Amino acid sequence: MDHFPTNWGRPRNEAVDLYNTYPLHLRPDNGTYGRPKDSFEEGVQRTRQPIVTGTSVLAIKFKDGVIVAADNLASYGSLARFKDIQRLHAVGTHTVIGAGGDMSDFQHIQHDLDSLIISEFSEGDGHALGPAEIYEYLSQVMYARRSKMNPLWNSILVGGWKDGKSFLGYVDLIGTTYSASTLATGYGAYIAQPLLRKAVEGRENELTEEEAVKIVEESLKVLFYRDARSLNKYQIAIVNEKGVSISDSRIAPTEWSFAEGIRGYGAQTQ
Amino acid sequence: MSPTVGPVSRDFNPYSDNGGTILAIAGEDFAVVAGDTRQSEGYNIQTRYAPKVFRLTDKAVLAVNGFAADGNMFVKKVKQRLEWYRHAHGKDMQLRAIARMIQTMLYAKRFFPYYVYNILGGIEEDGSGAVYSFDPVGSYEREACRAAGAAQSLVQPFLDNQIYFKNQTPAIDAPFPRHLPLSHVLSIVTDSFTSATERHIEVGDGLEIYIILAKGKTLSGLGLDGVKGLSEVTSTVDDSDGSASEGESLAEGERIFVLRRELKKD
Repeated sequence: MDHFPTNWGRPRNEAVDLYNTYPLHLRPDNGTYGRPKDSFEEGVQRTRQPIVTGTSVLAIKFKDGVIVAADNLASYGSLARFKDIQRLHAVGTHTVIGAGGDMSDFQHIQHDLDSLIISEFSEGDGHALGPAEIYEYLSQVMYARRSKMNPLWNSILVGGWKDGKSFLGYVDLIGTTYSASTLATGYGAYIAQPLLRKAVEGRENELTEEEAVKIVEESLKVLFYRDARSLNKYQIAIVNEKGVSISDSRIAPTEWSFAEGIRGYGAQTQ
Repeated sequence: MSPTVGPVSRDFNPYSDNGGTILAIAGEDFAVVAGDTRQSEGYNIQTRYAPKVFRLTDKAVLAVNGFAADGNMFVKKVKQRLEWYRHAHGKDMQLRAIARMIQTMLYAKRFFPYYVYNILGGIEEDGSGAVYSFDPVGSYEREACRAAGAAQSLVQPFLDNQIYFKNQTPAIDAPFPRHLPLSHVLSIVTDSFTSATERHIEVGDGLEIYIILAKGKTLSGLGLDGVKGLSEVTSTVDDSDGSASEGESLAEGERIFVLRRELKKD
């Protein structure tokens, strides 16, 4: 039992000393290098590895908007555990985020951003957070958590539209950030990104919404054929002048008859 | 007494290496700071445009290379400290003071370092061009030139040879010059990056060269008139069309220009 009340997570500020334990700096467990600041520290758990995980997220820019897409699967290791999880989330009116990695960490981020939007709305000052502000906030949260060695285990894409300009950004569990006209997380970075770049780079201001959707759907299908932790059920979010719209789940038709003829895959015995 | 916490093993690695290369060369009355714009992780190119070189004041430019998240945070904090200094003293911090501040800020995180190599370039109080280079925990020195990052081992020997004239013997009656002209320095910089792009997979996509000129110096005076892709970024000049309008500038002190070049994208 720790008999020092100020070590129970109370303010360690000389101005606030509810239990009259001043001088604070002489207290046994405060300010001494290597000792816990919080006597319940041993009971605190951190995300050491992701548990229920989402796989790739894809995003591209097109003529008058951005598109972000992710499938509906949340895996538990190699088990396809939840097949109706939404990995896209609208933040405010003109921003959408999509996440791979630990789904409970992602749901925590959703709560965090929702409270942020509510408190900003409550200011009633006529300002709203756009994609750039939400991305900056999220990046700082992710970097701060990694610096406490207590990361939010996700790779996140932020897509948005404001003042006639599209926005796309990436941020991950160690706080790495970057922007580009095509983005892909996880397995998508290896498989989908080359396809997206070939289709989009240099044509960001020509692609129509229909073409963009087609490019993304094709890439998702390739991912489904190659990524064992993916699903052919997915959602697509589009952000444009009108705001965010996240589609209902769609199922991609797939073709497996070719598998029959592959040695070691189908029915052959020898 | 509460029990002390023993060592806890964690598989979380808070660092990454995002590749790229930076380079700076000091001249007699100018400094040049350059970096490629590729950001990568392993064999993946994350983006083709993520700047590594930043204007701090009208006489100081900072290049950061290593772990990009740390680099961006570090630049953010340096800029914040410079703004505070400006509010407190009504002037920009001198280059050598910025250098010492950077060493202090890096060493402050000695036991959880910013995984970044910094190169600071600019104009000293006496009007001379200067380059300061740092290691991740704050060791620093003033030099005439320095390369850092993924292709440091390719570029630095080239600079030693071309800037310091190492392993060269001067012709009789023609000693090596103490300072190189700007146009010559710029061609050494572009050649360094095109060569590094050829031989290093983490270097490429784009090149940004910042040129800092001492008070009273002009581009035409340094033999750099009408160069394409050159734009002025001095804070007192709001040249929104991006073209360097020599002579029309309102700047009285040091001036900064950016020169952008494409590099191979494969």
